[in-house]
Amino acid sequence: MKKNITLFLLAAAIAIIPLFMWQDSEFGGADGLAEEKITAIQTDYKPWATPIFEPPGGETESLLFSLQAAIGAGVIGYVIGTIRTRSKREKS
Amino acid sequence: MNKLIILLLAVFFWLNSYTEPAAMHIMEGFLPIGWAVFWWIVTIPFFLWGLKTLKKAVDENPEAKLMIGFAGAFAFVLSALKIPSVTGSSSHPVGTALGTMMFGPAAMTVLGMIVLLFQALLLAHGGITTLGANAFSMAVAGPFAAYAVYRMLKKAGMKAGTNAFFTAFVANIVTYTVTSLQLALAFPSETGGVYASFLEFAGIFAVTQVSLAVCEGLLTAAAVNWLEKHRTSLKGVHFS
Repeated sequence: MKKNITLFLLAAAIAIIPLFMWQDSEFGGADGLAEEKITAIQTDYKPWATPIFEPPGGETESLLFSLQAAIGAGVIGYVIGTIRTRSKREKS
Repeated sequence: MNKLIILLLAVFFWLNSYTEPAAMHIMEGFLPIGWAVFWWIVTIPFFLWGLKTLKKAVDENPEAKLMIGFAGAFAFVLSALKIPSVTGSSSHPVGTALGTMMFGPAAMTVLGMIVLLFQALLLAHGGITTLGANAFSMAVAGPFAAYAVYRMLKKAGMKAGTNAFFTAFVANIVTYTVTSLQLALAFPSETGGVYASFLEFAGIFAVTQVSLAVCEGLLTAAAVNWLEKHRTSLKGVHFS
């Protein structure tokens, strides 16, 4: 388990250290950059479909993203609990 | 030794950073209709194959449902995490390697498409018209390339946890390489053609994605380590 804690800490470090490297960056998700590239290559390109639903703003978007993470984390927690209990029972 | 490699890799990528943000999935409407349809047609057989794989896994052992849920949830969580990268922008992991190791690559086509559908419908992240293309890169090309690497390293006798690191790394990098290729094919540059466009698009994410891929590799390795420890209690799953 110590090994896994090390792995988690390393993963966290990889995510955190950039925050100190780029003090003036907003760390934008920038899907928009590919869009810009497309319109730079083909100046007359018009997207022919638009999203059916678009979150009205950053707040709602972060709500939905955290909902996605929460649902996933809930399932993972449930499975881990099930396996742990089962493996304890099998040992005894 | 393995930890040392991981650490050196991480340091290497921090030092080789530059500032260009990342592209993620192809946005709604941003593929010409011909290509959008093309990628849907290419992806559908893999989706059907995946359904069959999952059904077979559950038929053989109903308990496999639990681990299918785990694999899906893992991809669900990971693709919700927009992680800051060394390039001063954010991108997210794909999370497809874990399920690929447990159920094979086609199974992840199904689970990956569920994740993409959620993001396309509720988050306007990616799109329905581009779902075929995004599914091909994230849920077909990534998992199949990762699976090849996984089998090769397994044959070479690598431990499952370490193997998971490389498998996840490949799943992530291949996903975004294929996305660039898809964009380049649809939007070849007037002067340099597809190749020049590919370099342009790949340049958007290349370095950003590498630090993300390392991060994803570490998290997948941790999950596989844990599962390996409780191996005897896993019904209907073996790291195939």
